[in-house]
Amino acid sequence: MSLLEIHQLKKSFASPDKEVRLAVDVPSFSLSECEQTALSGESGSGKTTFLNLISGILPADSGTIRIEGREMTALSEAERDRFRASKVGYIFQTFNLLQGFTCMENILLRMSFGVGKPDRALAKRLLERVGLRKRTEYYPRQLSTGQQQRVAVARALASRPPLVLADEPTGNLDSANAKESLSLIQETCEENGAALLLVSHDPTALEQFASRKDFSEINRAQQEE
Amino acid sequence: MKTICLLVCRSLRQHFLSTAVTSLSIALAGGLWLSVWAIRDQANAVFTKVDSGFDAVLGARGSKLQLVLNAIFHVEASPGNLAWEDFEDIQSNPTVAAAIPLAVGDNYRGYRLAGVSTNLFSEIEYRPGRRFQVFSNGRIFDPGRQEAVVGSFAARKLGLEVGDTFHPYHGLTFDPEERHEETYHVVGILKPSNTPADRVIWIPLAGLQQMSGHDPKAATDLSAVLIKVRSPLAGFRLDTLYNKQGDRLTLAYPIGQIMAQLFSKVRWFDRVLELIASLVAVVAAASVLASIHNSMNERRRDIAILRALGARRRTIFGTIILEAVAISVLGMAAAFAVYFAIFTVVAAVLRAELGVVLSAAQWHWVMLWAPLLMMGMSALAGLAPAVKAYQTNVAKHLAPVS
Repeated sequence: MSLLEIHQLKKSFASPDKEVRLAVDVPSFSLSECEQTALSGESGSGKTTFLNLISGILPADSGTIRIEGREMTALSEAERDRFRASKVGYIFQTFNLLQGFTCMENILLRMSFGVGKPDRALAKRLLERVGLRKRTEYYPRQLSTGQQQRVAVARALASRPPLVLADEPTGNLDSANAKESLSLIQETCEENGAALLLVSHDPTALEQFASRKDFSEINRAQQEE
Repeated sequence: MKTICLLVCRSLRQHFLSTAVTSLSIALAGGLWLSVWAIRDQANAVFTKVDSGFDAVLGARGSKLQLVLNAIFHVEASPGNLAWEDFEDIQSNPTVAAAIPLAVGDNYRGYRLAGVSTNLFSEIEYRPGRRFQVFSNGRIFDPGRQEAVVGSFAARKLGLEVGDTFHPYHGLTFDPEERHEETYHVVGILKPSNTPADRVIWIPLAGLQQMSGHDPKAATDLSAVLIKVRSPLAGFRLDTLYNKQGDRLTLAYPIGQIMAQLFSKVRWFDRVLELIASLVAVVAAASVLASIHNSMNERRRDIAILRALGARRRTIFGTIILEAVAISVLGMAAAFAVYFAIFTVVAAVLRAELGVVLSAAQWHWVMLWAPLLMMGMSALAGLAPAVKAYQTNVAKHLAPVS
């Protein structure tokens, strides 16, 4: 059984001129356990919306999203929040670290929203793994951009999620850092047994994935435009 | 809950300046609230209980309140004199346990001289079991000499010690031109009694009555007679005798009730103070709303991140409400410092002007309900920004800022 199964997923938004625009129309998509797949696509192609639907940040208009057999679209918002906190790691383009919290606290906070108590030892191990052993009590503003991305990676894996979503994770990094950061994401996901679904429009980033798909081929909404 | 507390603490720290300013406004409002209620009620209680050991005051026909203020609190002028025979009449009344003749009319640098008989020191208990006593290096004045016993507060303020001498001045307010020729010797300093007696310079009755420059025809007249009755019933009988059947003298009885009437007359002023304090509290609570609401735009991204990490809407809502309450808790903690400062100043003024002692540390229910009410008002003020936070569009605010 696939880790992630999507069928007939649709999401539309009202545009400023009051017209309803279909952003995502994915008839079928799946991801196996520990699989690492990259989706390519231009900006505005609905990639981020697709990830937000999978993570439960956005509710779907119709269709089904199953993660580990659990039907996300049948869950209430609060249940989706809890599910996301424990089952889905999310790495953002702009890292989205909480500036008022240390690296360690950013990770512990993420754990606190999931099931069980925050595991400080695990948080420490993750920070060590991403090379920030000596910076656990640093605030994000005290770190370089590459280091901030590493904290974001550690945070995404904090609740040992089976699925990690990465939205343009190298968009804010220079090429050297981007390559290193991407390798780190892939390695840590593999080590933690997490599947990785990455979206990017950066060809260099996409080259690092054996499994690559063009999002425009998956998303019918874009094809219709 | 631990997570929410951490979020609140960090948010307060991140918005330190607005937190500090808002807490300060709550501190001032809370301090005002505490002060108005505590000082009003404590002053009310103290003034209606301060009788210096007496139940009634007999004086010339006039205002009972003026009699009490003049004879017990040593403020206000005497409403007039009464004859020595009036004192003898009431002293011989079997329902009267003690009667102390009192004459006033002179001062020393603004501190009132009161002529009394030595019975004041030997017979009267200003509180159960407590008599006016002098420090061990002094003694009570000799009624036949120009000697004085000085109240502890007056002695400290005037710098008078046993062995010092002074010239009295005519009138109840100090005028350097009105100096009497007599020289009085300080023979004792009263131990603090925390009553208006601490502000008075006590001299022999005859000394004040016969001071140079006073009208010789009034040399035996008194300003008032301080009375202790044998029973409350006796007090009411005297009240009938002097106030209803007679029309020449006034008996102020019971003293506490007369002071209570004073407070009831100025109740409107209390209401004004209460209203002002409450309005300031409302403004302070509104400042909590403004403070959090104004920072909502910069918070939106953090809220969206928290939601993306799995924080539920109600967690975000609770965090904002708790932050509002936390600001009020910080403010109310500081409010007690403001309260102590205001109270100390007011208590010092009352001590200096009226000789009554108030204590800031005395328990009052306002110390419980004011913080709780302020916290409630702040929580209410936090509702609007909390709802705004609750409704934050996660996907929109997570998008990279270009």
